[in-house]
Parts: sequence; C-alpha cells; structure tokens
Amino acid sequence: MKILTSNILQISPSEVIDRIPDSYNNFVIPFVIGITFIILYLSIGLIRIIYHLEKEERITLLKSLFKPKIIIKNIKDIFNDCLIHTKIWKRKPLLGYMHSSIAFGWFLLIVLGHIEVALFVPKHLSISEGSLFYPIFYRFFVWVNPEHVTLRGYFFFFLMDFVLLYILSGVALAMFKRVRSLALGMRHTTKPSLADRFALYSLWAIFPLRLLAESFTADLSGGSFLTIPMNYIFHNFFGNSLNFMPTWWLYSTCLGIFFLAMPFSRYMHILTEPLLIVFRNAGLKVTKPRVGFAEAEIYACSSCGLCIDACPMNVKKKNLKFSSVYFIRFLRRHNTKKINAIANKCLLCGKCFALCPVGIDSPSIRVAQRKTNHNKYEYNYNQINYSSIPKQSKTLYFAGCMTQLTPVILNSLENIFKQAGEDYTILDKDEVICCGRPLMLSGREEAAKELINKNKKIIQESGCNKLILSCPICYKIFKEEYHLKNIEVLHYSQYINSLLENNIIQVKKEDKKIVYHDPCDLGRGSGIYEEPRNVLKSIGELVKADKEREENICCGGSLGSLTLEQKDRNIITEGAISSLMANHPDTIVTACPLCYKTIRNNSPIDVEDLSEIISRNIIKK
Amino acid sequence: MIEFGFGISPSSRINLDDFDKEKWNKLVQIEPEILQCISCGSCCASCSGGVFQNVSLRSAILNIRNGKTDSAMELLKGCMLCGKCTMVCPRNINTRNLILSIYKTYSEK
Repeated sequence: MKILTSNILQISPSEVIDRIPDSYNNFVIPFVIGITFIILYLSIGLIRIIYHLEKEERITLLKSLFKPKIIIKNIKDIFNDCLIHTKIWKRKPLLGYMHSSIAFGWFLLIVLGHIEVALFVPKHLSISEGSLFYPIFYRFFVWVNPEHVTLRGYFFFFLMDFVLLYILSGVALAMFKRVRSLALGMRHTTKPSLADRFALYSLWAIFPLRLLAESFTADLSGGSFLTIPMNYIFHNFFGNSLNFMPTWWLYSTCLGIFFLAMPFSRYMHILTEPLLIVFRNAGLKVTKPRVGFAEAEIYACSSCGLCIDACPMNVKKKNLKFSSVYFIRFLRRHNTKKINAIANKCLLCGKCFALCPVGIDSPSIRVAQRKTNHNKYEYNYNQINYSSIPKQSKTLYFAGCMTQLTPVILNSLENIFKQAGEDYTILDKDEVICCGRPLMLSGREEAAKELINKNKKIIQESGCNKLILSCPICYKIFKEEYHLKNIEVLHYSQYINSLLENNIIQVKKEDKKIVYHDPCDLGRGSGIYEEPRNVLKSIGELVKADKEREENICCGGSLGSLTLEQKDRNIITEGAISSLMANHPDTIVTACPLCYKTIRNNSPIDVEDLSEIISRNIIKK
Repeated sequence: MIEFGFGISPSSRINLDDFDKEKWNKLVQIEPEILQCISCGSCCASCSGGVFQNVSLRSAILNIRNGKTDSAMELLKGCMLCGKCTMVCPRNINTRNLILSIYKTYSEK
C-alpha cells in the first residue's frame, strides 16, 4: 500500500490523493444497501401520502411551494425545529443540547464531508464515482500528503474532529438519559420497541465507531486533536496500521442497520419532520386519522415521550399508556382496538400538542378517529329552534349550556352589563342551543354542523355587532367554525378587560392572593392568557401556579374525554389543584363554568369565577 | 301478545320478550355505569335538548330495559351531547359515553 501511494505521489504532488485506485472497497456494501433502502422507502411513502391527500389539499400544498413568505417560513422552521431544536432548548436546555448536538452535529458532519470532497476531490461528487458513499467514508479513501497540507486542510481536520466531539458529548448524554432520565428533565420516557432498540443501539455505535475508524487512518488521511493522539496510541498497541479494516466494516454495518431499522422505528422522524413542516405551513389540517396529512404527522413523531409527562392523566403515574406517543405508535401499527380506546379516553386538553417539540396535532387525530366511529349515528334536531328572535341590540350574550348550570356567572355578568351601561340581550336565557363543540369533540361532525347553522342564522339575524361568550368551549368553536360576518366574538374576560382599560367600570381592590387557572380551551385552545390576568391584577395580588399558561393542567372536567371514569377525573382535579396551591393563594379564580364547577367540588379553598369576583367588587355608579 | 285492534291509542304494554339480552350485555360491557342509574331524572331536568323536543336519557334507559329499543333511540336522537347531564348526575354516570354506546349498540340491526 505504501509503495502504491508513493507512486501516485510522484505523478501528482497535490494535497489530497485517492488512496484506493478505483475508489471502492467492499466494506461500503452494508451502508449502500441501507441508504438505497431508505431512499426507496421515503419516495414510496411520499407518493403514498400525496396520493391520499384530497384534491384541494394537493392544490394548496402546490401553491404554498411558490409563495415566498411560506418558503422563508419553511426554511426557518426546518432549521429551528429539525436542526437546532429551539423548542426543546427553551423548555429543557440539557435535553435541547443533547438532541441538537446529535441532529445538528450529524448534519454538519455530512455537509462538511461533502464540502471536503467538493474542495479536494470534486470528481467524486458524481454518482458514477461513488457519490453515494464516498463523502461518508472520505477519510478511508484518501491519502493526505503531509508536506502539502494547506491551512484550509488543517481547518477541516479540526472542524471534523470538533463536530465529532460535539456529537459524542450528545451521545454520552443520551446514554446517561437511558439510565437516569430525570437528570435531563424527563420523569417518564417511552419504552422503546424492538425496531427502536435496533436503531437506537446502532445510532449510539455509529459515532464512537467513526471516531475509531478515523483514528486508525489519521496518519494517512489527516486528523486533528482527537484522532491524531488516538492514532498514536493505536499504533503502539496494534503495531500495524492495516488493522483498521474491521472498524471501517463495523462503522459501515452500523450505518446500514440504522437505515434498515429506521422506517420501523422512532428515528423516521429525522426524515419526516421537514415534510410535516412543509405540509403544516401550507395550511393542511387533519381530516382522516391514518392517511394523508395524519400519516405525515404519525411518522414525524419522535417518540420522545415529552407528552407522557405533559398528559394530565399521568399526574399519579396512572394511565401512562394513554399518552399521545403510544396513541401514535398504535396508529402506526394499525391496532384498532387500542387506537379507539386511547382516542376516546383523551381529555383533548391540548397540552401534548402545545408542548410537542415536533408540533404533532394529536388531539385532532383523535377527533378524526372518533369521527370514523361516531359520525354515522342518526340525529334529529328538527324541533330545536329558538321560539323568538332576540330584540335588536348591539351586544348579544350567549351563555351556553354550561353557564346554565352555574347561574352565578350569568347573574354576575348581567350585573356587569348593567353597571357598564351596555345595551345587551341574552340569547339563551331559558332555552339554549348547544354551540356544537361537544358534538364536534365526540366526532359527530355532521350533527355539530347542523347546530352551528341554527345558531349562526339567529345570531346573524339579530343584528348585533358584538357577541360575548362566557364559556371557553363555545368561544373556541365560535372563533373557528362560525365565521360570523361583522360580529366581534369576545370571551367575557376580554370584554371585562376592555371595560377596565377604558375606565367604563371601576373595581375596588381586595387584600387577597389570587391564583388563576387557565381553562384549556381559552388558554392553549384560543391563546387568551393575558386578559384574565390583567383583570385579576386590578382586584388583588396575582400569584403564580406551579404549572401555568401552556403548561397548565386540565381541571379534569373536560368534555373532550368520552370514557374517562369519575375517579380518574378526580385524580386529575387533585393534580390541578395542587399545582394551583403552590404559592398558597386565598382564592382560585377561573374563567370557565366547567372548570369552576369541577374545581369547586374538590378545592380546599374558595373558588370564584372571574365575573363573580368582578361583580362583587364593582364600584356602583 | 295479540293486538285485537280495539285500542284508540297505541298500546303501551311492556313485552319483556322483546328485551334483547345479547345487546344489553354488549352495552353493559361497553359502559357498565348504566347499571348505576336510579332513574332520578336529573338528566332530563337539566337537558338542553329536552327544552325543545322529547329528549330523555332516563326514559331511554327504562325503554331499553323494557324492550322498547326503537322508542329509546327516538328519545336520544335530539341529544346535543352538551354534557350537562354528566355534571348533574348524582350517580356520576358518564352519560355522554352512555348515549354514544346506546347509539352504537342499538343502531346495529
């Protein structure tokens, strides 16, 4: 070998020379098999997903690919979410470092490898010259002339070693996480499946093996602070530098195993997440539970298990198997019985969606799954109609079903309306047509649409320009599905906030510590966090809960769940209350009739509704 | 039982031979909480749909037990699944799932 290289050297005295004459060695076979398999699998999968999209969805997708705004967003999101993982960094920095070091580091290794090939041996970028494997095993195939190494060459040697060290630190953390996940901020992690284990252990092995393999060849093909000293040690141990073949074989085999196991394991998310980002930015929504857009979401799930800790059903380490990550795993395996069981159990509080680093909308997939079961039943709403259209007034108040059961909210709001001098009408004082969201959540979309149309018609005809709602469940569907023209839809917390800001009403301060419970549909569902807090700041001292805003725990009363038993709901309520009690408040305040009722039944301290506390403290004119 | 045709209004006799034990067992398996019902009527008293038309979970359960599944289904068709009955039920029955389970069990012919 040495004679061979020196022969070539005499012919062309350049910095980097092909060490192996035809640039091929049998050890690349496992890798080539793996990479070919994954490329084929991905192309077929992509075609499958696009085939199952509706025609309109395909058109919106195609259009989005040409809109510069969306293109920029796509690139930004792919960089942030797939490489740097800003979402994980923000919540759990150590976990963020672990993941981004492996993802971004590996990406850098691949890119830098290709740049090196492009700079030093550009002819190998063509497919006939082995572009599939050459840049990956670059260090094996080349011989670097030590007398002609430029600064540029040293720079790349250093960079490659540095990136490898960066990845290895991440791999070490990942191994440590398997032993003690709590150290990285995760109470529960997912139980890996068989394919996951194959992929996981080969992934762990890839980088140390790369280090070994490159260390063996460091004296021939260059190296830096990591590989050169190791090379020195190896030579003293093994004597002969040609011992390196087994490590290169192992390195290539591990890559091959990883790629072969990938489609059946959690690591499919590496390749599917960019696709999901493009689909999501195009504005596609989940309509069917298993095919089309949902399939992209299912395969983009990284099974990280952050949703296990997030799920309110798991506060007492119960029902771990009902988390989104297992739901998606069963969807992947077409395990219908378990899919339905989990889909019906979920509270649809949306916390897993809010905290998911990939942004998988699993609540929507669950609703889509419920639709396949429950949409077909008959319904009959012929006689459901308001007996009279309300009198013409500027402001319409829709109490909704739940507020009917908590008359204190209705009365308090009436008092506030009167004090504010509002010209108002209550749409549903005696008779109420449900907003349709409970039906929507249980998958009965057709029935829900009928109720929506009934309500919409009468609201449009009433001639109001402001619609006030007291139930976040109603609020969410009014915002999303009603599309009311020229009517401002407000939750009462927003309404009261604007009254206070414009000095239409004044309130007196109480000497009380108040904690605010974010209703799921108001906070995570509709993004209203500030208004109720602003209102409460004018009443008393607002203290923080242990988990609040998007991390808030569902009160347990959610209409989303179909099959959760009362005793399990009580456990969730206890969990929510203990989070609220973290800073020893005097009162719990919420802005949802359902949360109000649920928390009130279990709370050791006073529970009040936002309207109630305002109405009590309003300064009468 | 024989109808002689002399009645002016339709017969309201209960024929327990119509009771479908198999389907009932299936229903109990899906939602066992149906057995906890004491027919107190809180569900109908709070029902949003019941204001407008004849919707009653209480009567529906009784009708099913009496073998009158068709009229039971009629009584539940106007349900809007709003969940008020779940909140007022003194026996903590998961009424929404019960209604969906009744749909599921008895709409299969």
